Amino acid sequence: MTVTVPRPKLNWRERLYLPAILAGLVITFKHFKNMLFGRTKVTMQYPEQRWDSNLPDHYRGAPALVRDEDGRVRCVACQLCEFICPPRAIKIIPGEIPSKDRFAKVEKYPEAFDIDMIRCIFCGMCEEVCPEQAIYLRKDYAITGFTRAEMVHHKEKLLEIGGVMHGVVLKWNDKK
Amino acid sequence: MDFPFVVISLLKIVGILFLVILPMVSYAVYAERRVSAFIQDRLGPNRVGPAGLFQPIADMFKLLLKEDFTPANVNTFYYWLAPCLAVMPAIITIAVVPFGSTLFGVPMVIADVNVGILFVFAIASLGVYGIVIGGWASNSKYPFLGGIRSSAQMLSYELSLGLAVIPVFLLVGNLRLTSVVRYQIEHGWSIAPFVGDWTNPWKWLLTVPMVTSFLVFMIAIFAETNRLPFDLPEAEQELAGGYNTEYSSMKFALYFLGEYTAMITGSAVIVTLFFGGWHLPGIPDGSHGWIFGLINIVVFFGKVAVMIFVFMWVRWTLPRFRYDQLMRLGWLFFFEIALVNIFVVAAILSFVRL
Repeated sequence: MTVTVPRPKLNWRERLYLPAILAGLVITFKHFKNMLFGRTKVTMQYPEQRWDSNLPDHYRGAPALVRDEDGRVRCVACQLCEFICPPRAIKIIPGEIPSKDRFAKVEKYPEAFDIDMIRCIFCGMCEEVCPEQAIYLRKDYAITGFTRAEMVHHKEKLLEIGGVMHGVVLKWNDKK
Repeated sequence: MDFPFVVISLLKIVGILFLVILPMVSYAVYAERRVSAFIQDRLGPNRVGPAGLFQPIADMFKLLLKEDFTPANVNTFYYWLAPCLAVMPAIITIAVVPFGSTLFGVPMVIADVNVGILFVFAIASLGVYGIVIGGWASNSKYPFLGGIRSSAQMLSYELSLGLAVIPVFLLVGNLRLTSVVRYQIEHGWSIAPFVGDWTNPWKWLLTVPMVTSFLVFMIAIFAETNRLPFDLPEAEQELAGGYNTEYSSMKFALYFLGEYTAMITGSAVIVTLFFGGWHLPGIPDGSHGWIFGLINIVVFFGKVAVMIFVFMWVRWTLPRFRYDQLMRLGWLFFFEIALVNIFVVAAILSFVRL
């Protein structure tokens, strides 16, 4: 079925088109002028201006390992995060804590803890699943590197990003 | 032909081409990007150098270092020839345009020929060959369509282009572009005769057809240079870039260069014909000292820059015409307006000698 769309009838002034063209030119010139005198609000100029201080507390940036107040790596190498990780970005090699150690009862610690940041999807499941409150998603988002190897965060790098976490449960301390 | 004349002409050619036109072209590209960005509430290129001013240099390196790819089934000879043909006419046209009064007693026009405007038309219409041959040689559908469109468009608008300037020459009585400027210095600019006996009402009556003539000429120049209300040959949305689809690297850059050079020469011709060339009221010509000669050149290119801004401004305001609208506009309106305009000016001039 053909539908005839009625076209609006233009009067002579509209059919001249010149007033419309001039009005258009005026509008574009206004935009040009406002931009030239810096009156238009523009996008944030990213590398110079950043949103960092306004990031919300629940922001999910790079995952990182944390230490507690005693300086102990909180991770006990239970490998739950490794299992839960949807893109399989985490790889843990557990090691045994020697019996002379103050925290010998913890038994395990991660000998190696690698997160492949090319694979990581910042979902935060590792943080959610961790029974030891050892892994947190921090606010770092600009993670770059020239090679694939550079993009794998090893344990040292993860601890450096994570730093020390205060005010979490210290269930392995001597008193308990 | 004596030796100093040849040397001076060569100096003028090299000076105007490499010191003015080519830098102006590269900065016109930069300006286009900035102006379009500003009109659209963006910032445009602002990273390379202060306010992005070194962007053209970065662009040049990018284009030079890109792979110069020649598709398999092109007509190689014409494929290589076409980009050169696109640039050449635009640059040659500047030869007859007086871009300044005199500098150290040397007239600032490369070739002061007595067929000035005819030369401009003759050479400028060659510009279409670059596009048509490029479209044909690419052996691809979209460039071919672009080339076809271009040839039809040029044909339609060349007529109104030629007819639109006749009133100016009826007034001046001479095809030499330097005498057009000379006339405007004595009698006031074609579209705004504030100089001379400016209280004469006949002169102001004459500005009405002059402004009409200017509008028709400018619109025809838009069509000639494939600028936006008439950029059908390179319609990105319809033809994937039109005639330059198959081109890459420096050959593509040459097309770009040609378009912007054509824009500059078009603006230069408009300024010469309608805005008094290098003349600005109150500034004497170069015979009063070399500093005034330089100022005249600066004034001329200042006017050209304003015209180029108008080109960009129009480009980022108006949408593209449909093909039939383009043809209708060219043949049914501008052609007739230009024709009637000639008779109006002739009638006025037959009653009053200015």
